[in-house]
Amino acid sequence: MREDTGYYDYWPYQNRPKIRWPGGARLAFWVAPNIEFYELNPPANKFRAAWPTPSPSIPGYSIRDYGNRVGHVRQMQLLDKYGIRGSISLSAALCEHHPEIIAMCRERNWEFFSHGIYNTRYTYGLSEAEERAMILDSIETIERHTGKKPAGYLAPALSHSEVTIDLFAELGGLYTCDLFHDDQPTPLKVRSGKPFVSVPYSLEMNDTIAYVVNKVEPRLYGQMLKDNFDRLYAEGAESGTVMCIPTHNYQVSCPHRLKAFEEALEYITGHSDVWVTTGREIAEHYLQHHYAAATASIAGAAA
Amino acid sequence: MNELDPLHYPVRRHGMDHDRYAWSMLSTRKPVHWPGGKTLALWVNVGMQFFPMNPQKKPLSVAGNMTMPYPDLRHYSLRDYGNRVGIQRLLKAFDRYGVKPTFAFNTRLAERTPALLRQVLERGDEISCHSWSMDTAHAGGLDPAAEAELVKRSIGGLRTLTKREIRGWISPGKLQSAATPELIKTEGIDWCGDWVNDDMPYSFRTDHGPLWAMPLSTELEDRFVLMDNLHSAQSWAEQVSDACDLLLKEAATEGGRILSLSLHPWVLGQPHRIKYLEQAMEYITAQPQVWSAHASTILDAFTAQQ
Repeated sequence: MREDTGYYDYWPYQNRPKIRWPGGARLAFWVAPNIEFYELNPPANKFRAAWPTPSPSIPGYSIRDYGNRVGHVRQMQLLDKYGIRGSISLSAALCEHHPEIIAMCRERNWEFFSHGIYNTRYTYGLSEAEERAMILDSIETIERHTGKKPAGYLAPALSHSEVTIDLFAELGGLYTCDLFHDDQPTPLKVRSGKPFVSVPYSLEMNDTIAYVVNKVEPRLYGQMLKDNFDRLYAEGAESGTVMCIPTHNYQVSCPHRLKAFEEALEYITGHSDVWVTTGREIAEHYLQHHYAAATASIAGAAA
Repeated sequence: MNELDPLHYPVRRHGMDHDRYAWSMLSTRKPVHWPGGKTLALWVNVGMQFFPMNPQKKPLSVAGNMTMPYPDLRHYSLRDYGNRVGIQRLLKAFDRYGVKPTFAFNTRLAERTPALLRQVLERGDEISCHSWSMDTAHAGGLDPAAEAELVKRSIGGLRTLTKREIRGWISPGKLQSAATPELIKTEGIDWCGDWVNDDMPYSFRTDHGPLWAMPLSTELEDRFVLMDNLHSAQSWAEQVSDACDLLLKEAATEGGRILSLSLHPWVLGQPHRIKYLEQAMEYITAQPQVWSAHASTILDAFTAQQ
């Protein structure tokens, strides 16, 4: 086991080369709906139990199914209303289980990135070859069903190995959502040496973390989103920032929670200097325009 | 490959990974119309619960159960408070706002408190079965023969005590074993409120014929919001009114919807919380498009249109 991730060096926020987003925007805003499939009876993983109660675990399974049956369309209609294309963190098996959802998202030119095969299959315990095969399966499945190879990765259920990000870069990925060390994209050192970036995804703004872990009241969640935006928007004038709202259709789309989310979307998209975009577009813009300067700055900071 | 192979996916296919119900997105279904031109049905489910002081916790313990070393007087009596005092406050609130509650009874409570049962029976509201007690979890690990006896005793006993047709079932903690749907169907149950995967009823397969799954939200349940999420009662009332607004808005274009509220006399019946139940009832019933009805009445209106 290592003392740190090994993927990046210390690089303080101040005095970095400024990021200029398209159209002179100061903040890149993206929404990442996690569209997941949880299995009712997954094989046991000795490092982490999929469900807290014995099989069949109806409470956990059925609320997640609610997200696909009911919640997805609700959130999609809201994103349509505010001109936001979702960047989907996708359980690849959902392409097979629920292609109807994939079709709706394709019609809207949403981005699909890989979130593993199922959210009940963890990286823990996989050999490197098995993890590579799982990631490759997810990439090929998504490409086959959406017509485009995914550029981004968020490990299933945020379960990682030491080489997760290395493997995804080697398999042709451009960015990862798995690291939470910054409010700007940052270059990552992967073992293949390929240009590869971390795009801020935010656990703090993640609805499941807010609602399930931190037990935030729905209206307060809406206020947290606005407060988070206000600070990043102000700082973005000097630095160029990213704000992501990661969502889950079984959380944010519940009837008692959607209104607070809508108010935040209306507030954020009502600002002029916001680039409403996708994870892939952020990564590509950064790689093309800012990656080289950032890499040089990091080398200077370490010297 | 065996089924423990982490890269083996035996049910990676179109639809669900089990055969209990068909995959169906709510947005693709035929719009439903409630009686009187209403668009939002209000289903208030009241958990009439008995938590024995000597729980066996087999195969497991559900939320609200005893947690202290025996005798756990504090939790026993705090739950019992709901059946003595709290319920009276809930009933007054329902009557004041013209709400028609459906009472999910633990059969052991109906047996132990005939006066309470009589009071509920005299109201004419629907009664459904909530298993024997809050210590009879229907969960994986329960012996199938024991569960069959438990289901039969709970439903049959409640029918004997109430002299009513009992059509609905809600498991303690909304847990089920693999056999629960078959067992309740065998005992003549029409609908079950355990699965929280929809906002509308849908057909649920059992080996002995279909059940209707009725959507009873856990996320908006008083106990879940107050005891698990530790939100204030005021926040609960806000969440209810926000849900009411959203569902009314959606129902205006997508067809009838159901606002289901699962309530517990031992939670909202406390003096410091009852005001917020009243506020929620006042807000909902002030909406002209809301139709308050018993669970089976809502289901019958739904199935008549299928």
